[in-house]
Amino acid sequence: MTTTPSTLPDGGPRTHYLNAAYGLKSWLLTRDHKRIALLYLVSVSVFFALGGFMAVLIRMELATPEGDFFQPDIYNRLFTMHGVLMIFFFLIPGIPAVLGNFLIPLMIGAKDLAFPRINLFSWYLYSIGGALTLWALLHGGVDTGWTFYTPLSTNYVSTSVLTVGVGIFIAGFSSILTGLNFVVTIHRMRAPGMTWFRLPLFVWGHYATSIIQILGTPVVAITILLIAAERVFHVGVFDPKIGGDPVLFQHLFWFYSHPAVYIMILPAMGVISELVATFSRKPIFGYKFVAFASIGIAVLGFLVWGHHMFVAGQSIYAGVIFSVLSMLVAVPSAIKVFNWTATLYKGSISWDTPMLYALGFIGLFTIGGLTGVMLATLGIDAHVHDTYFIIAHFHYIMVGGAIMGYLGGLHYWWPKITGRMYPVFWSKLSALVVFVGFNVTFFPQFILGYLGMPRRYHSYPPEFQVLNVMSSAGATVLGLGYLMPLIYFTWSMRYGPKAPANPWGATGLEWQTTSPPPVLNFETPPVVTTAPYTYPVAANAPEVRSV
Amino acid sequence: MSEDSPGLAHHFDSYEQQKDSATLGMWTFLVTEILFFGGLFAAYGLYRTSYPAAFRAGSHELDITLGCFNTVVLIASSLTMALAVRGGQTGRGKLASVLLVLTMVLGTVFLVVKGFEYHDKFVHHHIPGPSFHFEGPESNHVQMFFVLYFAMTGLHALHMIIGILLVGYVAKRAWSGAYTPQNYNFLEGTGLYWHFVDLVWIFLFPLLYLIGRH
Repeated sequence: MTTTPSTLPDGGPRTHYLNAAYGLKSWLLTRDHKRIALLYLVSVSVFFALGGFMAVLIRMELATPEGDFFQPDIYNRLFTMHGVLMIFFFLIPGIPAVLGNFLIPLMIGAKDLAFPRINLFSWYLYSIGGALTLWALLHGGVDTGWTFYTPLSTNYVSTSVLTVGVGIFIAGFSSILTGLNFVVTIHRMRAPGMTWFRLPLFVWGHYATSIIQILGTPVVAITILLIAAERVFHVGVFDPKIGGDPVLFQHLFWFYSHPAVYIMILPAMGVISELVATFSRKPIFGYKFVAFASIGIAVLGFLVWGHHMFVAGQSIYAGVIFSVLSMLVAVPSAIKVFNWTATLYKGSISWDTPMLYALGFIGLFTIGGLTGVMLATLGIDAHVHDTYFIIAHFHYIMVGGAIMGYLGGLHYWWPKITGRMYPVFWSKLSALVVFVGFNVTFFPQFILGYLGMPRRYHSYPPEFQVLNVMSSAGATVLGLGYLMPLIYFTWSMRYGPKAPANPWGATGLEWQTTSPPPVLNFETPPVVTTAPYTYPVAANAPEVRSV
Repeated sequence: MSEDSPGLAHHFDSYEQQKDSATLGMWTFLVTEILFFGGLFAAYGLYRTSYPAAFRAGSHELDITLGCFNTVVLIASSLTMALAVRGGQTGRGKLASVLLVLTMVLGTVFLVVKGFEYHDKFVHHHIPGPSFHFEGPESNHVQMFFVLYFAMTGLHALHMIIGILLVGYVAKRAWSGAYTPQNYNFLEGTGLYWHFVDLVWIFLFPLLYLIGRH
């Protein structure tokens, strides 16, 4: 094992990717996947903050039954923009473009992604798409819901559907190019000895994600293009006047947008596999099952979109088939949860911050996943369709799952990314505050939905107020929980103690190089000789030998 | 590294790895393109089954001679493209460049003919929208046929325009000897793209012009 000390023998600072060049140009024209990951980190954080701000306004309005702060049309715009920003500009790019971008080349022992220029280009596409969406936001926003259902979006509303649609279209190409880059990189750039079954599960998760990005995103791209064309020419494929079928729009939209949920959760699952193994000091139980479960979720995920349309005029037979297929997704998901649990069993568990987030993920994802099985049954779905039960369910997956995974991953790899440690106490507290705040926010929404409170309304009957106040109070706590990492991460970049190459005693190539890594990732090209997660790490059993 | 191995990017270990990556990347991109067009094909499939008579009537309005001619032109352009890639592969950049220009000419011929067809639709009020006019039953469903006709051939034409620009760039590079037998990846990628766009037309032509004509 060769690792370079953080300072050179003569005491001067080591050259790494952060201090190799300075200036705005060295960032905006970089082709280094690590720097591009940081560009993404800044951008997605901005959109997360904006989307979160919309959520704050929504919860503020819902603290009382009456419409106090916002008129219904403003409220429509708020929840639409909350959904658009969070889904297309935070959750979908989040883990892949930040952590995946930074880590995949490091984990497989490559110098960079296969197409560094395309990687930078995809960040620019994302930024242009985001800028257009923000421009639309300042010019009245959009009020169709993030799903842009026709004919509402094509024939009726007068808000910025076109601009936001084009913004999402452009950002979609950024997502496609990221997935393409990952697939080619994972196929062609692995270090000698890094066979498919020696890949960290994080990489498997991203491979499955990339498949969805490549196969799904173009379909929503053409769908949005058709909506845009229909708004411009006032006639189009979804126009009922000429025999167009609005349900066709829903099919095309959910063909992408349901698998898109797995774009959000699969990378998070990859993160959790790394965290659970590292902090249990055990190899992942049933590595191949967890790896193939990722692929299984990606494949099955393409066959379940119709469960969004149980009450949309889809045939009952289609409904039954989509119902059964949707339940099948629970199988690979459950494999993962059971295998993580089995990994924890008799492990020597340490309670570092990333592990707290990982354990939070497992609990919240289980609740989100099991309510997903409930919703896959036709009868229950007909009852709770368009209620807060749905909101609670998918926030348990997207926020309780994807964001917990994202934060857990950030806390785990932060020392590698920045070369600095963050405060232990505050970070553990943040994990706790996020977990408690999240549950107080969203668990009441399950009950509200079951009692029949519909989504997308700015006012509600007074008997729902207690649970709504709980939810709004929880959102405040959750917001504070998200602010804490923002503050101490920023603080740590300058004042945090210097991080060693491998602060957690983890396996994996990314921990064998220095923190932060050199420009070309490794001082000597790595050669892999063992399976991943060969815990316990024996002092004399190096995972990597240099050539 | 670049002194002793020209054209090899810093993050690749060998020309072979670089070529494999470029090829896999291009094929993956073409998969996304298939799904991009796939949404339109799905819409076509749905409405064709829902309104077969109207789609037959719409199809009759298209000029099958021009469609045939354009099909031949595109297939010929794929031949010149394939020969150009072969030229790049064997290090004959000037030959490749001439063949690429020929490909551009054929692509332009296709677009010009398409332009005449579009103009004909305009004259006969077959452009979807307020001024659409069709004598016969189910004129609204015939309008749907023309919506799909313009969406599908329009998206295809857009790909042709991008392709012609790309081929022009590659022709210029080939003339100046930028492609070597070790690294003609961009030329080959452009070729793959061109063949794909050609192949889309091979599906569009029967779907729009031929099915249900007799």
